[in-house]
Amino acid sequence: MKCDYSCQSDDHLIARRQFLGGLAGSFVVGGLGALTNPVAAAQLKKNGMRVLVVYMSGGLSQLESWDPKPKTDTGGPFRAIQTVVPGTQICELLPKTATHMDKLSLIRSINTKNNDHGKGRYQMTYGRNQMPGTEHPHLGAVCAKALERSDNPLPGHIKVPGGSRGSDAAYLGPKYASVGMTGKPPANSERAKNLTESADALRNSFRRKVNDRFSLQRRTAETDVYTQSYEQALQLMEKRDVFDIEKEPASEHEKYGKFDLGKHCLMARRLLENDIPFVQVSHSNYDTHNENFNFHLEQLGEFDQAFSTLVNDLHERGMLETTLVVVMSEFGRTPKINARFGRDHWGSAWSVCLGGANVQPGAIIGKTNENGTKVIEREVDHGHLFHTYLSAVGLESSEAFNIGGREQPMADPSRAPISELIT
Amino acid sequence: MSLDPKQTHVLHEWKHGKPLIACSFDPTGRYLFTSSEDYTLQRWNLEDGSKVAWEAHDSWIRDIAFLPGGETVITAGCDDRIIFWPVTGDKPQPRAEVVAHKGWIRSVDVSSDGKLIATGGNDHLVKLWDPNGKRVRELAGHKGHVYSVFFHPDGNTLLSGDLKGVVHQWETKTGKLMRTFEAKELFSYNTGQKVDYGGVRDIALSPDGKTLAFTGLHKATNPLGAVNEPLVLLFDWAKGESIRKQPADGVKGIGWQVEFLSDGSEVCVSGGGGGGYLIFFKPAEEKPFHKLKLKDTARDMSLHPDGLQVATAHWDGYVRISRMEQKAAR
Repeated sequence: MKCDYSCQSDDHLIARRQFLGGLAGSFVVGGLGALTNPVAAAQLKKNGMRVLVVYMSGGLSQLESWDPKPKTDTGGPFRAIQTVVPGTQICELLPKTATHMDKLSLIRSINTKNNDHGKGRYQMTYGRNQMPGTEHPHLGAVCAKALERSDNPLPGHIKVPGGSRGSDAAYLGPKYASVGMTGKPPANSERAKNLTESADALRNSFRRKVNDRFSLQRRTAETDVYTQSYEQALQLMEKRDVFDIEKEPASEHEKYGKFDLGKHCLMARRLLENDIPFVQVSHSNYDTHNENFNFHLEQLGEFDQAFSTLVNDLHERGMLETTLVVVMSEFGRTPKINARFGRDHWGSAWSVCLGGANVQPGAIIGKTNENGTKVIEREVDHGHLFHTYLSAVGLESSEAFNIGGREQPMADPSRAPISELIT
Repeated sequence: MSLDPKQTHVLHEWKHGKPLIACSFDPTGRYLFTSSEDYTLQRWNLEDGSKVAWEAHDSWIRDIAFLPGGETVITAGCDDRIIFWPVTGDKPQPRAEVVAHKGWIRSVDVSSDGKLIATGGNDHLVKLWDPNGKRVRELAGHKGHVYSVFFHPDGNTLLSGDLKGVVHQWETKTGKLMRTFEAKELFSYNTGQKVDYGGVRDIALSPDGKTLAFTGLHKATNPLGAVNEPLVLLFDWAKGESIRKQPADGVKGIGWQVEFLSDGSEVCVSGGGGGGYLIFFKPAEEKPFHKLKLKDTARDMSLHPDGLQVATAHWDGYVRISRMEQKAAR
């Protein structure tokens, strides 16, 4: 569904600052009573919350990570190791992460009934099955809107690494679409050297006047985005250093690792420290139909260093209480090991790791059978997970956005959060 | 009858039932040892195909070697350990057990005089051991996982090959790095998938001692999807220079093992996307002169001491023994 301001509804005429400051506007709470005190309490609860997704692109093997089955017919060559949480074991490929499992939890009973990359990506990041003719916002867009900061000019939905602006916000509007970053300040974000500060200010002043006159009669989502993009670009220019990981000392680079994921996790920390509501870091590639064990050895070696460092930093800086951390993929990998020492696509019984914010630490939700071929306890799917992420950052996931007078549920109404995981 | 690779035929198919990983004939030629994804080690009696299997490591066994005389078999595991076992007995118990590396041990070899054992592991190290499992020396210098170790028959030279396509030559008495062979065609970094791939999967030396062979893979256009082809690289031992590249003529897969035969030709076993093959080359030629398609993808190969038989370990749970000579008349 497209964001259309032609309705001239009040929702879209309320300024961003007013929206968050006054808690008015685009949330419907129970359909009525949108400005009651409990709502204010809920809003306060979500204040300062952030979400970090570490996306293991291609499909991380649950057996080589969060749900090892050593010495079974599906177990593979890696062993399980004890974590700091008594009774909780993960794969030996994650020794550093194992020391932080008291801050994290596992959901080991995911059945998304899908083995397709594109559909899986959609399920896990949009919280629904992809249906022709319908569009829903990405988790990042939902968080960017629902956790929007009134006083932060930076984009609320950032993907690392990434390039141009995404088209993943659906009816929420392009303002909440993802912005890609690479660890360097955005290109051309410095004022041109031959342009003086005063000349630049005059230019922008003139642009605003013209824009304002135009929008009095012909305001649309597109013109808003056009205006916002200019304003955001100006603000980005002022805060361009936020995106520059070279501002970090060499010791931090060493700690995170001098490979792409290390740099991107360091970037993520800087973004979260600067109060960006949603950051997604991607790590590629786990689609290991061939030599699954060699490739997981290589990829998870990087992940273990960068991720454990990031979790520890968030913890030590007091940010983990307000930052939901989720490690997800589009699906897991087959318990059966194929002829090429590979594992194939598997959406029937796999795992996600999450922690921080209001997630109960050190928990394990659900269970698979002895060799990991099926879920035997507390089966959940992407819909439950999406609700759970929103609940973990203090949002009522059963609520809806009011878009042009029409309610758009934040999450799949047929699902609910995994309530026992939320404190 | 005598060696004739073009007449190679599968003589025995013995079923273990679970995917096999490694295989090796004992030096006396009585037994074949295999390892499986079910964490067991299997001993096959070549006379009748009977099998004894036992749980051996806490993980998979990647390689198998023997002390001279054929009384002791050494297994290299993905659980950091090498274990010394008696070759015979219904319920063999370890003679010695050594935590040898941090991470997988991918390769083990024994010097021809039996005085040294070499191991190579994921910790980028090569280590030398005495026959009792006491560490003799540690050889550092690889910058990737060590995939293969091979003793030169001169008794004082070890070769080790790694993931990055680097083969180091070591003097075993001193641990000195003598020279390096660049087998870079056997490695690639895929920028799209962001993965290292390849490796020197095996090393062999010709019977006249003049030619080295390394095998692995090349043309890795899709490492995660197993789109690659086996490759053998030949090097001049004396000069240390590359002589020839021997691609597998369109076969898809990985070259897992290479051996020189008594007539100077080479046999390479491949497995992967294209199934299992025994591929035969002449050192003077680029293209293979014969290929035998096996019933299932292969993962390892061992040459019998008689020089006429090769065993291949397969994912379908079978070990196959092929004879490289004309079929006997019935």
